[in-house]
Amino acid sequence: MNKATKLLYTIQIADNALIIGHRISEWCGHGPILEQDIAATNIALDHLGQARSLYQYAAEIFNTLPAEEKKQMFSSTALQAKVAANENIDEDDLAYLRDGWDFHNVLLLEQTNKDWAYTIARSFFYDAFNYFFYSALLNSADTTLAAIAEKSLKEVTYHLRWSSEWLIRLGDGTEESHQRIQNAVNDLWMYTGEMTTANETDKAAFASGTGADLAAIKTAWKEKVSAVINEATLTMPKDAWMQQGGKDGLHTEHLGYILAELQFMQRAYPNMEW
Amino acid sequence: MQTTNKNEWPLWEVFIRSKAGLDHKHAGSIHAADAQMAIENARDVYTRRMEGVSIWVVESKYIHASEPDQSEALFEPANDKIYRHPTFYDLPDELKHM
Repeated sequence: MNKATKLLYTIQIADNALIIGHRISEWCGHGPILEQDIAATNIALDHLGQARSLYQYAAEIFNTLPAEEKKQMFSSTALQAKVAANENIDEDDLAYLRDGWDFHNVLLLEQTNKDWAYTIARSFFYDAFNYFFYSALLNSADTTLAAIAEKSLKEVTYHLRWSSEWLIRLGDGTEESHQRIQNAVNDLWMYTGEMTTANETDKAAFASGTGADLAAIKTAWKEKVSAVINEATLTMPKDAWMQQGGKDGLHTEHLGYILAELQFMQRAYPNMEW
Repeated sequence: MQTTNKNEWPLWEVFIRSKAGLDHKHAGSIHAADAQMAIENARDVYTRRMEGVSIWVVESKYIHASEPDQSEALFEPANDKIYRHPTFYDLPDELKHM
């Protein structure tokens, strides 16, 4: 697999971690109870930590690309200014200086928190995917990605336990909690297919032994999700049209708002530190 | 904010063992709907800085405490019973960890 493709593959994983981490961090100070406020914030920080490791690796790959390829990789002027000045980039540049079309996270993760049920359903769908994804990545031919997967998998195992527990509690709870989590599951369902649908980057990564086999994950994911949904006394949504595009930079309207908040300081006051 | 208590989750006392071989020590309390949630909440609130390797939780209502106004009768009689400390024995030199 060429370096540019490996970079994109790493960026896909990193952007997933950053965007879900940011969304969950929006609960900080607003959690339904103090204990869950802390739990959500812990989990957000886990995702952010994973994003950091992956962005560091991505920056490392980017800095070794030939100048011509660097120019084609990310199109934001802020990032290309660094390339033109022949400067190396780092993890922060990747998080703060790319524009929306250069983000490769799946659409599911940029969807708004809306309420606790939507937040739980979104996390549950992703955590179930992430668990199988990182498990597969343990065997990656790329030793850095395999090492990041090994470290992350312990965290992800807990995330999945946490979101599964909550899905079951809400589903098997009161009439209102049942209805709300069922609505969230139904509404978010159309964003779940993208995670296990391979784009060109996924295909090249899998073929080279670096990436995970998304077809195998799809089966495992569906089995896990339907088992938990059954336990939660909820109804599994029917197979339907699945939205996609996030992995190739085509996003819903929500991503721009996340980036506006996330990137404002670095864009307005370049290189500021505090 | 809800002002009534009837919809609140019960309170649980949390005990954390900081490393294998040591006792579980009282760490504080948390709210949770049941034992499993209590353990998970305790994990998130009390072990995020590597404080523990094991957690016990018990619903606070099951903790029975001594009466503070009986503390004279309960505890003060021990004050002048220094012979209950094993300080009047000559320990053999080989005994290192007493």
